[in-house]
Formats: sequence, C-alpha cells, structure tokens
Amino acid sequence: MVTTTDKKIKHPEIWEILEKVKDPEIPVISVVDLGIIRAVVKENGKVIITITPTYSGCPAMSVIRLEVTTALLDEGYQNIEIVTVLHPAWTTKWMSEKGKKALREYGIAPPLDDQADEIELFGEMPAIQCPHCGSMNTKMTNKFGSTPCKSLHQCQDCLEPFDYFKCH
Amino acid sequence: MLSYTTYDPLTEYVLRCADNNLILGHRISEWCGHGPVLEQDIALTNMALDLLGQSRMYLKYAAELIGHNETEDSLAFLRDAMQFRNSLLVEQPNGDFAHTIIRSLIFDSFHYFFTEQLMQSNDKRLADIATKSLKEITYHRKFSSEWTIRLGDGTEESNKRMQTAIDDLWRYKGELLSPDELDMEMLEKGIGVDLNKIEPLVDNHLSDMLNRATLQIPQAEFMQKGGKQGLHSEHLGYILAELQFMQRAYPGLNW
Ligand SMILES: [Zn+2]
Repeated sequence: MVTTTDKKIKHPEIWEILEKVKDPEIPVISVVDLGIIRAVVKENGKVIITITPTYSGCPAMSVIRLEVTTALLDEGYQNIEIVTVLHPAWTTKWMSEKGKKALREYGIAPPLDDQADEIELFGEMPAIQCPHCGSMNTKMTNKFGSTPCKSLHQCQDCLEPFDYFKCH
Repeated sequence: MLSYTTYDPLTEYVLRCADNNLILGHRISEWCGHGPVLEQDIALTNMALDLLGQSRMYLKYAAELIGHNETEDSLAFLRDAMQFRNSLLVEQPNGDFAHTIIRSLIFDSFHYFFTEQLMQSNDKRLADIATKSLKEITYHRKFSSEWTIRLGDGTEESNKRMQTAIDDLWRYKGELLSPDELDMEMLEKGIGVDLNKIEPLVDNHLSDMLNRATLQIPQAEFMQKGGKQGLHSEHLGYILAELQFMQRAYPGLNW
C-alpha cells in the first residue's frame, strides 16, 4: 500500500497547506493526520484533492471540503476540485502517529493499533488508557459518544470521563 | 402483479436500499431528546446519523442513474409515498423503547447479512457503499442485540413489553427476506443479494438473541408485504409530512 509519506513526495507544497486544515470537531488533528486525504493531483493548472469520508453520516465532511477549498484559495490556487471516493473505505489505521499523539494530548484516547475493539458480537472491549492520568483502570460508559467516531469512557482512578476515538 | 415501478430495475433496487435507511434513520431520529437516558439518546441519534449517511450514498447513486435534474435531495424530499421503496418494517412507529429495539433488532439482523453480501456485488458502486457501511451496521446490530437480551431477560414488565413488541412487529420480517421479481433479476445479474441465502443466517441470529432474551418467537404468522413495491402502511404519509415539509412549503430552500 502507498503510505502517506510516499504520496507526499509529489506536491509537498499542497500537502503543507492541507496540514493546516483541522478536523472541525477535533481541532488538534489535521485532515492529513486523520488519513482522509487519499490523493493530491495537479492537472492542467487544476488542483484535485481526493477525500474519503470517515463515517457515512459524518456532518464534518461538508465543512472539511469547504475548509480545504478555502485553505487552497487563500494560498492563491484558484482552480480546485474536491473529489469524494468511498473506496477503499477509510480506517483508523490510516491515522498518523503524530495525529494519535495530538489526540492524546487533547484528552481523547487514540484508536488502538490492532483494531482490538473491532467488535465481535459480544466481545469485551479492551481497557483503554486514560488520556489524563495514564491509568489502564477505565471502563466504557457508552459505545456511542459525542460524535460518530467516539465512545465514552471513565477513568476509575482519576475519575475523569474521556472520549475514545474508536477503531474503524 | 400490481406494480408501481417507475424507474429501471437497478435504480429501483438502489432506492430500496436508500429508502430503508432513510425512513428508519428518520424514525430513530424522532428519539432525539426523548431517549430514556442520555447515553441511549446519544446512541440512537448516532445510529440515525449513520443510516442517514448511508441513505445519502445510495440516493446520490440513484439520482445519477436517473439523470435529468434528479438529486439526492429531490429524491428524499419530492417523492410521494407510493414512490418510496422501503420495507414496511422501518416505517412502523417507535412505540415504546421495546418496539424501537425490536424493530431495530429485526432490521439490523437483515441489514448486516444483506450488506455483507452486497459487498460482493458486481456493481462496483453498490459494493463500495456496502463496504463503507458494514462497520457501522455491526455497531447497530450489537446495540439492538444487547438491549434485546437485557430487556427480555430483565424485569417482568420489560419482558412483557418486549414480547408484545415482537408479537406486533414479527409480521414485517417476511418482506425483508422474500425475494420478488426484482430481487431475482438483480441476483441473476450478479448485482443483488440472494435473500434465500441470507434468510437462515438472519433467522439464526434472531432466534439466538430471542432465546438468550427468554422471549418467544411467534409461530407461523402471516407476513405483511408491499413496501418494496410502493404499497405502504398509513404511517409513511405522516413521516413524509414531517420529513418533506420544508421543501414542499419553501421549494428550493437552502441553508
Ligand atoms: Zn485517569
């Protein structure tokens, strides 16, 4: 598979602009670190950005398309096309390490690497580390959270509630 | 056979997928602000959002197939009840929490295995939408399964309500799994799902969950049908009156 690093060899100046566009619902992670930018192409003076949605109903997607366009316009690009593709379907495996670190610092537990919570019908959720105090003594309070991508947890040591960015 | 087919077979098939998601998503969204506890209110609205998102992918595809000036919005907001292709199950009212959970249990069981098969469709667009949707549907099925067990195997009152819900809604299961001419045609073309193949999988899941929930499966019930062909219960009209009000009253309104 082509990694983000390979892809960035072409048009690094565009990727640099995209790095500044943040997820409107989690303003510490860029759309690049989120893993939703699938391709950047320049064609006859036109910049074509290919994006894939996170969740089908994610309301942030239309805002993200708008903000990507605005960021490029601000840098002087005028001919811009945003293409949305469904395939291959987005997965949290595409989130960068930098993005995961930013999430943790922001107070959201990042998705586990191994997709350990990819749900068996009644599989137990593995312990998620508290992003506040680092404790593993936490429990899930709701599989669904404030946005489609998150679930709700509580730390049983520092007692703080926190969001976990679910594997997807 | 009575038929209200207005579009070509592929479009009709895509609309069935779109409308099941749109109408159930709308129904579940009616719980927003009314959930029994905050956590479940959030869970239900999240699922409504997933279904709406999946519906949009199908509607967009249907609009492209139809061409002219059709869009996902015009299909959602400007079709009348007889042009909707959702199954009767999803338009049934929320009722109490038990009815909402049982309606979702039946639909999610079907939706999960249907979508898993649709991923193999030789229509690439349908396969892509199915692949995109399956993880979300997995969460939905887990939610409705867990609540079925918790409430069925709960108190005397919750058990009674759950049993009433099954007895009321079981008659709408048949339509989901009985192939009609369009299902057969799509299957032959390698586009659609083999409903006969997924029926035992759906039934196994349902009986497993209902057994764990100490609930009784209704026996030999007459199965209602018609929604897939556009023959709906009176409930759909009320849903559309709310869903479509804005575009009907203020055509072309944007925000
Ligand atoms: Zn803690």
